[in-house]
Amino acid sequence: MAEAAGPLVKVRDLKMYFPIHAGLLRSHVGDIKAVDGISFDIAQGETLGLVGESGCGKSTVGRSILRLYDVTGGTVEINGFEIAHVDRDSLRLKRPMMQMIFQDPQASLNPRMTVANIIGEPLDEHMKLTADARLARIYELMDWVGLNRAFAKRYPHEFSGGQRQRIGIARALALNPKFIVCDEPIAALDVSIQAQVVNLLEELQERLDLTYLFISHDLSMVRHIADRVAVMYLGRIVEIAERETLFAEPLHPYTQALLSAVPEPDPESERHRKPIVLQGDVPSPANPPQGCNFSTRCPKVMDVCRQIEPGVFDFGDGRQVACHLYSDGMTTTAEPTAGKIKNQ
Amino acid sequence: MTDTTTTPQAHTPLRRGRFAEFWYYFSQNRGAVIGLVVFSSIVFIAVFAPLIAPHSPSVQNRDAFLVPPFWQEGGSTTYLLGTDAVGRDMLSRLMYGSQFSLFIGLFVVVLSVSSGVLIGLLAGYFRGWVDTVIMRIMDVILAFPSLLLALVLVAILGPGLLNAMIAIALILQPHFVRLTRASVLTERDREYVIASRVAGARPVRLMFLTILPNCLAPLIVQATLSFSTAILDAAALGFLGMGAQPPTPEWGSMLAEAREFILRAWWVVTLPGLAILITVLAINLMGDGLRDALDPKLKKS
Repeated sequence: MAEAAGPLVKVRDLKMYFPIHAGLLRSHVGDIKAVDGISFDIAQGETLGLVGESGCGKSTVGRSILRLYDVTGGTVEINGFEIAHVDRDSLRLKRPMMQMIFQDPQASLNPRMTVANIIGEPLDEHMKLTADARLARIYELMDWVGLNRAFAKRYPHEFSGGQRQRIGIARALALNPKFIVCDEPIAALDVSIQAQVVNLLEELQERLDLTYLFISHDLSMVRHIADRVAVMYLGRIVEIAERETLFAEPLHPYTQALLSAVPEPDPESERHRKPIVLQGDVPSPANPPQGCNFSTRCPKVMDVCRQIEPGVFDFGDGRQVACHLYSDGMTTTAEPTAGKIKNQ
Repeated sequence: MTDTTTTPQAHTPLRRGRFAEFWYYFSQNRGAVIGLVVFSSIVFIAVFAPLIAPHSPSVQNRDAFLVPPFWQEGGSTTYLLGTDAVGRDMLSRLMYGSQFSLFIGLFVVVLSVSSGVLIGLLAGYFRGWVDTVIMRIMDVILAFPSLLLALVLVAILGPGLLNAMIAIALILQPHFVRLTRASVLTERDREYVIASRVAGARPVRLMFLTILPNCLAPLIVQATLSFSTAILDAAALGFLGMGAQPPTPEWGSMLAEAREFILRAWWVVTLPGLAILITVLAINLMGDGLRDALDPKLKKS
């Protein structure tokens, strides 16, 4: 692999609209704008956390990047290869470098296949291995994720949730990927198991130089694992920044509200915590409001917010905010930054 | 990880474990077990008919027309279940008839399941116009009364057992198409299928190795139930003179040949009918048990 200069993953103006059909003739009456023009970069070895409330399009972003949907517009470049618009066959050849870890380890493992076959499936598709080499590779992967080799011939339903997620991780690692989309990998697990799985992911990242897009709604977990965090609202990224800066000083009103909802572990400071409670519901992604998407619920809403869509303002150090509050003295930018590449 | 201490199991005990589980649920249903026993004995009779049948099914004995079964006045133990109008032994004919019935059932089910599953898989996987075209054709086939359609097909193809079987397979096949398509539709968007796609699986692998094995349970049940429908339809076609042709000892055509003696010699008509009834009932009971054992939704775990 040629050492790609610049970021490993480059997403530009990604749009994913799901058409709405209605009426007798199933005519196209509109679109659900699940992802509406988002851009970001992820550097090699970095973890980008993607947070936002349910239905804001986090998972759709993850799946569109891996071309599990036919994206409506924009480009996705992984390791220098354009992913969003290549044909099926060339896409298949690029599959090994990008993998995915799923939310529900129960649903994402084929109930009719043994663990060895589940982990071996990507190997069957992309590598011509002898039976012995294949088994050796499967055992190696099972060792990496901390599964007993003796379980290779068992079926997924015989495992606990944490073990199933380990199987899913082993499958994702089978082809030596560079980039892994973790789609809420811990949301379906017990709290006691979550830490184990997150630690495993971090350990593997260090050992294999992996790059993660870590999708989650668990802010404390994102704070733990991510290097940079992107906050999504209704199909758009409202703020993206280094983890520490974002958690210390959120700029976008939505980020402020989101972070204020995280409970404090210290009872004393928890007593003084004043969560910002947003009014109303998230607007329908089929019919987003004019101007800023957040204008219907924003506590700091201004007139301009209801008319003009805010540009993206760059604060330097990889920090970008899409909000009219910061329009003074700032220049809009179309180019997202990957942030400082800070590994270890 | 609590179960790291358990010792590894080889492949065979694991298989046996799944079979034991299946058998546990199957044996809960007494009717299913009875059905299985009866069906097994019919299979046994069919396989060993040449050895256990007391007479040839086609030899006519001119001294013994319409001899009643042995327990009736005038019956003899030479012909345990009596003879028909041309002096052929009823018991032997029924035994050989089971061969035909099972063969019909097997042939029809294999033909309709394999074609139906393939077509349903294509429709469910590709959706769009492929799906629409296939399902509308299936709707057309289903819109005809099934036996009538079979009759028309046999009339076109010409009477005979093979053509009857092809016709029956054709009218049973839409049920498999629909069932497969429905299962595929629910399975194709499940996460494990997406996981396979992320792994780079080709459409053929996705269809046959990933999706199909998870759709099999309802298909197995439908296949056993179709087995009995096939036997019944073949008998009906035989009765109408469109199926097996005399002197083939097929149960349906035996009924047809004997219907003029219904008042004089009840056994000639009743016994083939009973044979059909028992076989179909046994298979249906077995199918019910299979459904209970294979459908996870009905399992109380």
